[in-house]
Amino acid sequence: MNGMTQIVKKVTQLMSGLIFMYGLYIITHGHLTPGGGFAGGAIVAGGFILLILAFGSKVISLRKEETQTSITESAALLIVILLALAGLFLGVHVFFNNYLPQGQVGELISAGVIPIYNIFIGMEVAAALLTIFLALVIYKEEVAS
Amino acid sequence: METLLSILIGFMIIGALYALHAKDLLSALIAQGIVGYGLVICFLNLRAPDLAIVQIVVETITLVVMVAVVLNSSRKEVKESWNRNKILNIVTSVIIVGFLVYIFAFMIQPLQPFGDHSMRMAQYYTQMGAESTGAANLVTGVLFDFRGYDTLGEATILFTAALGVVTILRSKPKKESAS
Repeated sequence: MNGMTQIVKKVTQLMSGLIFMYGLYIITHGHLTPGGGFAGGAIVAGGFILLILAFGSKVISLRKEETQTSITESAALLIVILLALAGLFLGVHVFFNNYLPQGQVGELISAGVIPIYNIFIGMEVAAALLTIFLALVIYKEEVAS
Repeated sequence: METLLSILIGFMIIGALYALHAKDLLSALIAQGIVGYGLVICFLNLRAPDLAIVQIVVETITLVVMVAVVLNSSRKEVKESWNRNKILNIVTSVIIVGFLVYIFAFMIQPLQPFGDHSMRMAQYYTQMGAESTGAANLVTGVLFDFRGYDTLGEATILFTAALGVVTILRSKPKKESAS
Protein backbone atom coordinates (compact mmCIF):
# COMPACT_ATOMS: atom_id res chain seq x y z
CA MET A 1 0.00 0.00 0.00
CA ASN A 2 1.42 3.38 -1.01
CA GLY A 3 1.61 6.35 1.27
CA MET A 4 0.17 9.80 0.66
CA THR A 5 1.87 13.11 -0.10
CA GLN A 6 4.44 14.91 2.04
CA ILE A 7 1.86 17.33 3.48
CA VAL A 8 -0.36 14.53 4.77
CA LYS A 9 2.66 12.72 6.24
CA LYS A 10 3.86 15.83 8.10
CA VAL A 11 0.40 16.65 9.48
CA THR A 12 0.01 13.02 10.55
CA GLN A 13 3.37 13.13 12.33
CA LEU A 14 2.27 16.20 14.26
CA MET A 15 -1.26 15.00 15.04
CA SER A 16 -0.93 11.28 15.77
CA GLY A 17 0.78 11.75 19.13
CA LEU A 18 -1.97 14.10 20.27
CA ILE A 19 -4.63 11.63 19.12
CA PHE A 20 -2.99 8.76 21.02
CA MET A 21 -2.64 10.90 24.14
CA TYR A 22 -6.30 11.96 23.93
CA GLY A 23 -7.40 8.35 23.54
CA LEU A 24 -5.32 7.24 26.53
CA TYR A 25 -6.69 10.16 28.57
CA ILE A 26 -10.27 9.16 27.70
CA ILE A 27 -9.54 5.55 28.72
CA THR A 28 -7.75 6.27 32.00
CA HIS A 29 -10.18 9.01 33.11
CA GLY A 30 -13.21 6.94 32.11
CA HIS A 31 -14.54 6.82 35.67
CA LEU A 32 -14.23 10.62 36.12
CA THR A 33 -15.13 12.31 32.83
CA PRO A 34 -17.34 11.25 29.88
CA GLY A 35 -15.86 8.44 27.86
CA GLY A 36 -14.43 5.13 28.88
CA GLY A 37 -13.00 2.02 27.33
CA PHE A 38 -15.14 1.96 24.21
CA ALA A 39 -14.68 5.62 23.23
CA GLY A 40 -10.98 5.75 24.05
CA GLY A 41 -10.27 2.45 22.30
CA ALA A 42 -12.00 3.70 19.15
CA ILE A 43 -9.89 6.90 19.25
CA VAL A 44 -6.63 4.94 19.64
CA ALA A 45 -7.63 2.66 16.76
CA GLY A 46 -8.38 5.77 14.67
CA GLY A 47 -4.87 7.07 15.36
CA PHE A 48 -3.32 3.80 14.15
CA ILE A 49 -5.56 3.80 11.05
CA LEU A 50 -4.48 7.39 10.28
CA LEU A 51 -0.80 6.37 10.50
CA ILE A 52 -1.27 3.32 8.26
CA LEU A 53 -3.26 5.28 5.65
CA ALA A 54 -0.84 8.21 5.56
CA PHE A 55 2.49 6.39 5.50
CA GLY A 56 1.52 3.16 3.74
CA SER A 57 3.01 -0.20 4.52
CA LYS A 58 4.09 -3.50 3.00
CA VAL A 59 1.80 -6.52 3.09
CA ILE A 60 4.30 -8.59 5.10
CA SER A 61 4.54 -6.09 7.95
CA LEU A 62 0.78 -5.54 7.84
CA ARG A 63 0.23 -9.27 8.25
CA LYS A 64 2.66 -9.38 11.18
CA GLU A 65 0.77 -6.48 12.75
CA GLU A 66 -2.56 -8.23 12.23
CA THR A 67 -1.28 -11.29 14.11
CA GLN A 68 -0.20 -9.09 16.99
CA THR A 69 -3.49 -7.16 17.15
CA SER A 70 -5.57 -10.33 17.15
CA ILE A 71 -3.43 -11.74 19.97
CA THR A 72 -3.81 -8.46 21.91
CA GLU A 73 -7.56 -8.47 21.41
CA SER A 74 -8.04 -12.04 22.59
CA ALA A 75 -5.72 -11.58 25.58
CA ALA A 76 -7.46 -8.35 26.68
CA LEU A 77 -10.91 -9.96 26.56
CA LEU A 78 -9.56 -12.98 28.46
CA ILE A 79 -8.09 -10.71 31.15
CA VAL A 80 -11.46 -8.92 31.51
CA ILE A 81 -13.19 -12.25 32.05
CA LEU A 82 -10.51 -13.35 34.54
CA LEU A 83 -10.84 -10.06 36.46
CA ALA A 84 -14.60 -10.57 36.61
CA LEU A 85 -14.07 -14.18 37.66
CA ALA A 86 -11.79 -13.05 40.50
CA GLY A 87 -14.87 -11.41 42.01
CA LEU A 88 -16.24 -14.90 42.62
CA PHE A 89 -13.40 -15.66 45.06
CA LEU A 90 -12.92 -12.26 46.72
CA GLY A 91 -15.34 -10.15 48.74
CA VAL A 92 -19.00 -11.17 48.59
CA HIS A 93 -18.54 -13.86 45.89
CA VAL A 94 -20.41 -12.25 42.97
CA PHE A 95 -19.39 -12.27 39.30
CA PHE A 96 -18.28 -8.70 38.37
CA ASN A 97 -17.87 -7.84 42.04
CA ASN A 98 -16.03 -4.58 42.81
CA TYR A 99 -13.52 -6.08 45.25
CA LEU A 100 -10.83 -3.38 45.43
CA PRO A 101 -11.06 -0.44 47.88
CA GLN A 102 -13.09 2.37 46.40
CA GLY A 103 -11.24 5.40 47.71
CA GLN A 104 -12.29 9.02 47.42
CA VAL A 105 -14.93 9.80 44.76
CA GLY A 106 -13.34 12.04 42.12
CA GLU A 107 -9.71 10.96 42.61
CA LEU A 108 -7.84 9.41 39.69
CA ILE A 109 -7.12 6.19 41.62
CA SER A 110 -10.57 5.34 42.93
CA ALA A 111 -13.63 3.27 42.04
CA GLY A 112 -11.97 -0.10 42.70
CA VAL A 113 -11.64 -2.31 39.63
CA ILE A 114 -13.52 0.00 37.23
CA PRO A 115 -10.37 1.75 35.85
CA ILE A 116 -8.71 -1.64 35.27
CA TYR A 117 -11.76 -2.88 33.37
CA ASN A 118 -11.66 0.37 31.37
CA ILE A 119 -8.03 -0.10 30.37
CA PHE A 120 -8.48 -3.69 29.20
CA ILE A 121 -11.79 -2.98 27.41
CA GLY A 122 -10.02 -0.09 25.68
CA MET A 123 -7.21 -2.43 24.56
CA GLU A 124 -9.79 -4.93 23.31
CA VAL A 125 -11.79 -2.34 21.33
CA ALA A 126 -8.70 -0.72 19.78
CA ALA A 127 -7.23 -4.08 18.77
CA ALA A 128 -10.57 -5.34 17.39
CA LEU A 129 -11.18 -2.27 15.20
CA LEU A 130 -7.57 -2.36 14.01
CA THR A 131 -7.83 -6.09 13.21
CA ILE A 132 -10.92 -5.47 11.07
CA PHE A 133 -9.21 -2.60 9.23
CA LEU A 134 -5.99 -4.57 8.67
CA ALA A 135 -7.92 -7.60 7.40
CA LEU A 136 -9.70 -5.42 4.82
CA VAL A 137 -6.42 -3.75 3.70
CA ILE A 138 -4.55 -7.08 3.42
CA TYR A 139 -7.42 -8.61 1.41
CA LYS A 140 -7.39 -5.66 -0.99
CA GLU A 141 -3.61 -5.85 -1.45
CA GLU A 142 -3.68 -9.61 -2.06
CA VAL A 143 -6.52 -9.39 -4.58
CA ALA A 144 -4.87 -6.48 -6.41
CA SER A 145 -1.50 -8.22 -6.73
CA MET B 1 -35.43 20.93 22.78
CA GLU B 2 -38.04 18.81 21.01
CA THR B 3 -38.22 21.26 18.08
CA LEU B 4 -34.44 21.15 17.65
CA LEU B 5 -34.50 17.36 17.78
CA SER B 6 -37.33 17.28 15.24
CA ILE B 7 -35.42 19.55 12.84
CA LEU B 8 -32.27 17.40 13.21
CA ILE B 9 -34.19 14.18 12.66
CA GLY B 10 -35.86 15.75 9.60
CA PHE B 11 -32.40 16.54 8.19
CA MET B 12 -31.29 12.98 8.93
CA ILE B 13 -34.34 11.54 7.12
CA ILE B 14 -33.64 13.77 4.09
CA GLY B 15 -30.00 12.66 4.10
CA ALA B 16 -30.97 8.99 4.30
CA LEU B 17 -33.47 9.36 1.44
CA TYR B 18 -30.87 11.16 -0.70
CA ALA B 19 -28.31 8.46 0.07
CA LEU B 20 -30.77 5.87 -1.24
CA HIS B 21 -31.42 7.67 -4.54
CA ALA B 22 -28.07 9.32 -5.36
CA LYS B 23 -26.53 8.34 -8.69
CA ASP B 24 -22.97 8.94 -7.47
CA LEU B 25 -21.95 6.60 -4.66
CA LEU B 26 -19.51 9.11 -3.14
CA SER B 27 -22.24 11.72 -2.68
CA ALA B 28 -24.45 8.98 -1.25
CA LEU B 29 -21.74 8.34 1.35
CA ILE B 30 -21.52 12.03 2.21
CA ALA B 31 -25.30 12.15 2.59
CA GLN B 32 -25.00 9.15 4.88
CA GLY B 33 -22.49 11.12 6.91
CA ILE B 34 -25.25 13.67 7.56
CA VAL B 35 -27.19 10.91 9.32
CA GLY B 36 -24.25 9.90 11.51
CA TYR B 37 -23.11 13.39 12.50
CA GLY B 38 -26.71 14.55 13.00
CA LEU B 39 -27.06 11.67 15.45
CA VAL B 40 -23.97 13.00 17.28
CA ILE B 41 -25.65 16.41 17.76
CA CYS B 42 -28.84 14.64 18.90
CA PHE B 43 -26.84 12.73 21.55
CA LEU B 44 -25.13 15.94 22.71
CA ASN B 45 -28.48 17.70 23.04
CA LEU B 46 -29.88 14.78 25.01
CA ARG B 47 -26.87 15.11 27.36
CA ALA B 48 -25.17 11.84 26.46
CA PRO B 49 -21.54 12.88 25.79
CA ASP B 50 -20.26 9.33 26.27
CA LEU B 51 -22.37 8.08 23.39
CA ALA B 52 -21.53 11.16 21.30
CA ILE B 53 -17.78 10.48 21.56
CA VAL B 54 -18.22 6.83 20.51
CA GLN B 55 -20.60 7.74 17.69
CA ILE B 56 -18.38 10.48 16.20
CA VAL B 57 -15.25 8.29 16.22
CA VAL B 58 -16.95 5.17 14.86
CA GLU B 59 -18.77 7.23 12.21
CA THR B 60 -15.48 8.75 11.04
CA ILE B 61 -13.71 5.38 10.84
CA THR B 62 -16.66 3.83 8.98
CA LEU B 63 -16.78 6.75 6.54
CA VAL B 64 -13.03 6.46 5.86
CA VAL B 65 -13.34 2.71 5.14
CA MET B 66 -16.41 3.21 2.92
CA VAL B 67 -14.76 6.04 0.95
CA ALA B 68 -11.74 3.79 0.39
CA VAL B 69 -14.07 1.03 -0.85
CA VAL B 70 -15.85 3.41 -3.26
CA LEU B 71 -12.60 4.90 -4.59
CA ASN B 72 -11.17 1.42 -5.23
CA SER B 73 -14.25 0.14 -7.06
CA SER B 74 -16.68 2.09 -9.24
CA ARG B 75 -18.42 5.35 -8.36
CA LYS B 76 -21.47 4.51 -10.44
CA GLU B 77 -24.32 2.50 -9.09
CA VAL B 78 -24.72 -0.83 -10.85
CA LYS B 79 -28.00 -0.86 -12.73
CA GLU B 80 -30.19 -3.81 -12.03
CA SER B 81 -33.42 -4.63 -13.76
CA TRP B 82 -36.04 -4.09 -11.11
CA ASN B 83 -39.55 -5.39 -11.15
CA ARG B 84 -41.40 -2.81 -13.23
CA ASN B 85 -44.80 -3.46 -11.70
CA LYS B 86 -45.01 -0.09 -9.93
CA ILE B 87 -48.60 -0.38 -8.69
CA LEU B 88 -47.86 -3.61 -6.85
CA ASN B 89 -44.72 -2.08 -5.28
CA ILE B 90 -46.53 1.06 -4.09
CA VAL B 91 -49.52 -0.89 -2.72
CA THR B 92 -47.22 -3.28 -0.85
CA SER B 93 -45.21 -0.43 0.71
CA VAL B 94 -48.34 1.50 1.72
CA ILE B 95 -49.83 -1.58 3.37
CA ILE B 96 -46.63 -2.35 5.28
CA VAL B 97 -46.13 1.29 6.39
CA GLY B 98 -49.76 1.51 7.54
CA PHE B 99 -49.40 -1.72 9.49
CA LEU B 100 -46.20 -0.49 11.17
CA VAL B 101 -47.76 2.90 12.08
CA TYR B 102 -50.80 1.12 13.55
CA ILE B 103 -48.60 -1.19 15.64
CA PHE B 104 -46.44 1.77 16.75
CA ALA B 105 -49.45 3.87 17.82
CA PHE B 106 -50.78 0.84 19.68
CA MET B 107 -47.48 0.16 21.46
CA ILE B 108 -46.62 3.69 22.65
CA GLN B 109 -49.87 4.17 24.55
CA PRO B 110 -48.67 2.82 27.92
CA LEU B 111 -45.44 4.84 27.69
CA GLN B 112 -44.90 8.09 29.56
CA PRO B 113 -44.45 11.39 27.65
CA PHE B 114 -40.98 12.26 26.33
CA GLY B 115 -38.56 13.21 29.12
CA ASP B 116 -40.99 12.14 31.86
CA HIS B 117 -40.23 8.45 32.18
CA SER B 118 -40.69 6.43 35.33
CA MET B 119 -37.65 6.30 37.61
CA ARG B 120 -38.10 3.22 39.77
CA MET B 121 -34.71 1.62 39.12
CA ALA B 122 -32.88 4.69 37.84
CA GLN B 123 -33.58 6.59 41.04
CA TYR B 124 -31.41 4.22 43.02
CA TYR B 125 -28.63 4.44 40.43
CA THR B 126 -28.58 8.23 40.32
CA GLN B 127 -28.71 8.65 44.08
CA MET B 128 -26.46 5.84 45.27
CA GLY B 129 -24.26 5.29 42.19
CA ALA B 130 -21.30 7.40 43.32
CA GLU B 131 -21.31 5.96 46.83
CA SER B 132 -21.68 2.30 45.95
CA THR B 133 -19.29 2.21 42.96
CA GLY B 134 -16.89 5.05 43.77
CA ALA B 135 -16.96 6.31 40.16
CA ALA B 136 -17.63 10.01 39.57
CA ASN B 137 -18.88 9.29 36.04
CA LEU B 138 -22.22 7.59 36.57
CA VAL B 139 -22.32 6.05 33.08
CA THR B 140 -19.07 4.15 33.65
CA GLY B 141 -20.25 3.17 37.11
CA VAL B 142 -23.40 1.65 35.65
CA LEU B 143 -21.60 0.06 32.67
CA PHE B 144 -18.83 -1.63 34.63
CA ASP B 145 -20.48 -2.31 37.96
CA PHE B 146 -24.28 -2.60 37.90
CA ARG B 147 -24.41 -3.78 34.29
CA GLY B 148 -21.15 -5.69 34.01
CA TYR B 149 -22.65 -8.46 31.89
CA ASP B 150 -23.76 -5.82 29.36
CA THR B 151 -20.20 -4.59 28.86
CA LEU B 152 -18.88 -8.15 28.61
CA GLY B 153 -21.49 -8.84 25.92
CA GLU B 154 -20.56 -5.71 23.97
CA ALA B 155 -16.87 -6.64 24.06
CA THR B 156 -17.77 -10.16 22.93
CA ILE B 157 -19.77 -8.72 20.00
CA LEU B 158 -16.71 -6.75 18.83
CA PHE B 159 -14.53 -9.84 19.27
CA THR B 160 -16.94 -11.93 17.21
CA ALA B 161 -17.09 -9.26 14.49
CA ALA B 162 -13.30 -9.17 14.19
CA LEU B 163 -13.21 -12.98 14.18
CA GLY B 164 -15.77 -13.13 11.35
CA VAL B 165 -13.97 -10.54 9.22
CA VAL B 166 -10.61 -12.27 9.64
CA THR B 167 -12.14 -15.65 8.84
CA ILE B 168 -14.05 -14.55 5.74
CA LEU B 169 -11.34 -12.35 4.20
CA ARG B 170 -8.64 -15.01 4.00
CA SER B 171 -7.94 -15.34 0.30
CA LYS B 172 -5.43 -18.18 0.49
CA PRO B 173 -5.73 -21.33 2.58
CA LYS B 174 -3.14 -21.78 5.30
CA LYS B 175 -0.17 -23.94 4.41
CA GLU B 176 -0.19 -27.34 6.00
CA SER B 177 2.69 -27.81 8.37
CA ALA B 178 3.32 -31.40 7.22
CA SER B 179 4.18 -30.51 3.61
